[in-house]
Amino acid sequence: MRIRLTALLCALCVFCGCDSRQTNVERGNAEKELYFGIGTEPAGLDPHLITGLTELHVTVALFEGLATLNSETMAIEPGVAKSWDISEDGTTYTFHFDPEARWSNGEPVTAQDFLYSFERILSPALGAPYAYMLYDMVNAEAFHRGELSEFDKVGARAPDPKTLIIELNQPTPYFLSLLTHYTWWPVHPPTIEKHGGMTERISAWTKPENFVGNGPFTLESWRINSSIYAKKNPLYRDPDSVWLLGIHFLPVQVDAEERAFRAGHLHLTSTVLPHRIDWYRKNMPERMRFDTALGVYYYMLNTAREPLDDPRVRKALAYSINRELITEHVLKAGQKPAYHFTPPNTGGGYTAETRLPYDPDLARKLLAEAGYPDGEGFPTFEILYNTSESHRSIAVTIQQMWKQELGIDVKLYNQEWKVYLSTRETGNFDILRAAWFGDYDDPNTFLSLGETDNGNNHTNWSNQEYDELIEQAAVEQNPEKRFGIFQKAEAILMEEMPVIPIYFYVTSRLIHPSVQGWHANILDYHPYQSVRLIED
Amino acid sequence: MLNLIARRLLQAIPTLWLIATLTFVLLHLAPGGPFDAEKPVSPEVKKQIEAHYGLDLPLHEQYLRFLGNILQGDFGPSYKHAGWGVDEIIGQSFPVSLELGAVSLLIALLIGIPLGVIAALHHGKKTETALMSVAMIGICLPTFVLGPLLLLVFSSGLGWFNPLGWSVPSDRILPSLTLGLFYGAYIARLTRSGMLDTMHHDYIRTARAKGLKERMVVLRHGLRNALYPVVAYLGPAVAGLISGSFIVETIFFIPGLGMFFVNSAFNRDYTLVMGTVLFYAVLIILFNLLVDLIQMWMNPRTRHD
Repeated sequence: MRIRLTALLCALCVFCGCDSRQTNVERGNAEKELYFGIGTEPAGLDPHLITGLTELHVTVALFEGLATLNSETMAIEPGVAKSWDISEDGTTYTFHFDPEARWSNGEPVTAQDFLYSFERILSPALGAPYAYMLYDMVNAEAFHRGELSEFDKVGARAPDPKTLIIELNQPTPYFLSLLTHYTWWPVHPPTIEKHGGMTERISAWTKPENFVGNGPFTLESWRINSSIYAKKNPLYRDPDSVWLLGIHFLPVQVDAEERAFRAGHLHLTSTVLPHRIDWYRKNMPERMRFDTALGVYYYMLNTAREPLDDPRVRKALAYSINRELITEHVLKAGQKPAYHFTPPNTGGGYTAETRLPYDPDLARKLLAEAGYPDGEGFPTFEILYNTSESHRSIAVTIQQMWKQELGIDVKLYNQEWKVYLSTRETGNFDILRAAWFGDYDDPNTFLSLGETDNGNNHTNWSNQEYDELIEQAAVEQNPEKRFGIFQKAEAILMEEMPVIPIYFYVTSRLIHPSVQGWHANILDYHPYQSVRLIED
Repeated sequence: MLNLIARRLLQAIPTLWLIATLTFVLLHLAPGGPFDAEKPVSPEVKKQIEAHYGLDLPLHEQYLRFLGNILQGDFGPSYKHAGWGVDEIIGQSFPVSLELGAVSLLIALLIGIPLGVIAALHHGKKTETALMSVAMIGICLPTFVLGPLLLLVFSSGLGWFNPLGWSVPSDRILPSLTLGLFYGAYIARLTRSGMLDTMHHDYIRTARAKGLKERMVVLRHGLRNALYPVVAYLGPAVAGLISGSFIVETIFFIPGLGMFFVNSAFNRDYTLVMGTVLFYAVLIILFNLLVDLIQMWMNPRTRHD
């Protein structure tokens, strides 16, 4: 009987894995492998087709562009290009390649590969969502719109395999930071051709067995909704700079992610659930990280509808929102109240001087001037948001503030994500919640949203002076003057108030103390070369 | 029996066609498309993408094309997961759901049948009340409550199991228990009623009169007939286990098909929705047929119905 019981216990132990209860973090620290919870399954790994942060976290390990960013300082650093020259007029960039730059199959990375990549992403048939990021290049827009069919007329040339020349339409002060965006990264032409060709979207080239990249890691395995494993690339141009031997990207949903982190199965999570913040703050503050992000949460107003067509009404709505109450008591994750539209210190130094006030008295006065003293006669309107607990909480809080301060009634209306997007596109809303994350670190990525013909401006607001200022800023080479132009544009935006900024985002994340070199930066851009793991 | 199989398989064809058509219509009626995004693409780019996937064709042509593709066994590429075919996604994730479902079913049967039998044999006593109360709790306790509770106790508290994943054998235990307990509770109630009904029949009295041991009477004569409603329940139970495990897969981070089944609808991933819906429809038809065959084997009288 005793023997039988012992055998049973042994079997149970083996089944439960009691003898090998090593956590991923312990294993990772010993084997130099990072376990990173990325929240959701990436929509893809093709740098010319992806659009999100989740995808960036994976692809930054697998590819490298002409230039890269220092994860600590956000300074532009050499990537495939070891150095570059800029012409005096600021429109021609000549890149000199690192002779060590190679693809993961050992072939050298050439300037021709970049030309092929530019042609691919700009080909109308590929339908690359971010192709417009290349529009600063001569004739890139015309080629992408199909108005020009010869790619050799686009402003990119390769005088030799290790030199690439890019010609721009006009001086573009932020051009080098654009190059760090995945749209400018190269793809391996023979691999693309082998799996369907240049404009084939439905291609198997990103599968581990086919994949060829030029980043510090290579794609080893990819089980959808389970894990992606990237292994150190021994052929990377600077292998000594890479300490990690592997990265496990786990698309664990946020609830499970927090549990997994607590149990030592993740070094890093994609976010922290708002309702767990207080617990971590109290019990493990050193494991919680809030980094300023280049993103703004705002309400978009449909200025074509009464009474939102009156700027006084729009300002009254904006001035009566207590943003600090929202960030401190509703969101709680260190978000900053937004009193202007562009996040502070964007582009390495731009912070809007015009700030909208929190002034309920002034708001009431403006509303009275607009014909609605104490909210009398103010028509009921709706705030539309996509289904989410935090959007709902914010909307409820603002609803109460407007009722209390202005005496107006607002209805809340939530829609499932795709329905919400469709409603936004058709403009069938009064006010809706929106968010914008900068694609690159420059005020232009935020302030261009207010331009009349910007595809993301669903407010029906149009201001000729504003449009002219954004165009002026695009060609101004002097950084100070350029920021001055943006200041004027932002002042107009705050005076006209087609959008109501609410708060600036932060990246919230749980991080295990063994992770070193995960530096805070506003783009949430983390080249893994700086990451080290230390034993507890 | 072969006639029955052939008849049921023939009946399945219009059923599947109806399901495919309804899903197609509902998907295209729902607002929002697969390529709508927070940062929308330009109309030109959107046009190119739609052309690539044939979404620019008139709806009836899309429908005919879609039907033609399925007849050739081709569900097409996923719209959301670039580079992945629907068949690849199903092929990679269904075995996980199947395994989770199979282990859960085993647990449900191992718990449900003995509990039901014991409760029936102790009819009117405290044991029956206690067991049936436990079963009622099992039925009422949703998986999204039970799953985190089990994790809290056995993973976070005692540290016996991993909090997520599907790599080592022990990873199967907590999610399978979460799913299996619910179905086990239901099976316990069905078994109890079946046993109570059966044990009053004349043939049981006859068996006892013949001097058969009580264990034999219960197991050989009683249980076989008492399980008839349980087997009838297994069809929908299996369907529910393999298709409705989305919550459990999310809680325990299991890379099964349930996750795609739900998320593909939110993503308007038309091909993946169609693929998973039809795949599950085929499975449910097959499982129901299998259950009917088992019932025929258990009760020869039904063979002539």
